[in-house]
Amino acid sequence: MAYSNKAKDFYKDELNGMHKAGTFKEERFIESPQAANISVEYPVGSAAKEVLNFCANNYLGLSSHPEVVKAAHEGLDSRGYGMSSVRFICGTQDIHDELEKKLSEFLGTEATVLFASCMDANAGVFDVVLGKEDAMISDRLVHASIVDGMRLCKAQLYNYKHSNMDHLEEKLKETQDCRFRMIITDGVFSMDGDIAKLDKIVELGKKYDALVMVDDSHATGFMGKHGRGTHEHCGVLGEIDIITTTLGKALGGASGGCVSGPREIVDLCRQRARPYLFSNTVPPVIITAANKVIDLISKTTDRRDKLEENTKYFREKITAAGFDIKEGVHPIVPIMLYNAKLAQDMALDMYREGIYVIGFSFPVVAKGQARIRVQISAGHEKEHLDKAIAAFTKVGEKYKILGKSKKEIIEMYGY
Amino acid sequence: MSEEIKKLIIEYVKKEYLEEEDEQDVDENTPLISSGIVDSFSMVSLKMFLEKKFDIKIPDEKATTEAFDSVNNIMAILKEFNVS
Repeated sequence: MAYSNKAKDFYKDELNGMHKAGTFKEERFIESPQAANISVEYPVGSAAKEVLNFCANNYLGLSSHPEVVKAAHEGLDSRGYGMSSVRFICGTQDIHDELEKKLSEFLGTEATVLFASCMDANAGVFDVVLGKEDAMISDRLVHASIVDGMRLCKAQLYNYKHSNMDHLEEKLKETQDCRFRMIITDGVFSMDGDIAKLDKIVELGKKYDALVMVDDSHATGFMGKHGRGTHEHCGVLGEIDIITTTLGKALGGASGGCVSGPREIVDLCRQRARPYLFSNTVPPVIITAANKVIDLISKTTDRRDKLEENTKYFREKITAAGFDIKEGVHPIVPIMLYNAKLAQDMALDMYREGIYVIGFSFPVVAKGQARIRVQISAGHEKEHLDKAIAAFTKVGEKYKILGKSKKEIIEMYGY
Repeated sequence: MSEEIKKLIIEYVKKEYLEEEDEQDVDENTPLISSGIVDSFSMVSLKMFLEKKFDIKIPDEKATTEAFDSVNNIMAILKEFNVS
């Protein structure tokens, strides 16, 4: 083994550096199914503690829904555990085709191809669709998987200030000579929970003959009146060229993602997208469960309606309690604290109060923008929300930040 | 001449990266990447601007986050291309 002390010390130093900088990500062990109520072992080795979960992407509360779990069991019994193959050799079952068709219908697109994750979908799609004579024009706050996907593509890379339509238009003017242009954005941005101006983006796409691509991972299943996503919310259903999204959040939360759009692009992904070609098929249990999820949310909007109500309730109450939050309508509710240590300390105090939330700071968010990101779910009941608000209020009082403005919090704790 | 180039780059950075409500000012020593004004992903616009403006091609190994971390650092790269 050539793993020398020199190498060992080097990697150890890297890890120590992360610990010192406070950027080391610690994993907590959950000893229960994913849900509003979970049992957590933290620190590792301690007795499990019952807490309310406010940091999962379990927007519709379907991660452990009995009908979804039952559908997974049925998939396991009828189609087995693994496929031991990529899709194009012997890894495509009838249920995969069924899910791809259902997703197309739900998203309002022509065709869909499944990937092992949305990270894989984003890593693969750009290189398939664009070449060096083309331009990718992306919002600066797109998800890391899009950044990586764009880096794997030979097209020229441009980006515009976050949600700044004038800046986007400047970039579109700058790239008039390119063969194809693609405007690239998240539907909902994961740190602020703000929504892309898709109506304006579609308008600019038409004006400058540019394709529009949206990663709708934080929206599919609940944004818009029928939960179809940000395009429905913004009134541009059927006008987005390419949608990528995940099965790993609202749609059951297991794993898997997809590229959805015009048939030619989807077919080309099947032929050329490297993460698709060289990853194993999404396993049958996930597929049968995801098929059930689409059935459930197509039949009724009850869950997305409850999520909307929960979000509205939490946002109103936490604002009334005196917290400085990023305004909006999305179940991602960033409670702004600005100072990284304050965010970490408050998150830990919240955990002691039985509420599991996470503090985010640089480099995950911009410097001086530290916050606790709360995520609301349709799985939460009113009493869960009230308990979280009461705990936040108690902890907020301890740190004397209730009713304080951004300026005042920064004066007290610094950036 | 080099003062004019510095001014040109500072103006570009302000226009390309700062929002209207930003109170931050930028001078030749202001850290750009390490301060978070420009993230490593958005740095590509700055590289492209320099390449187009001065008709040069900055190889990727030279376009590091350290090399782009201030206008003065950028001036050092430009010097290598005889732009000054």
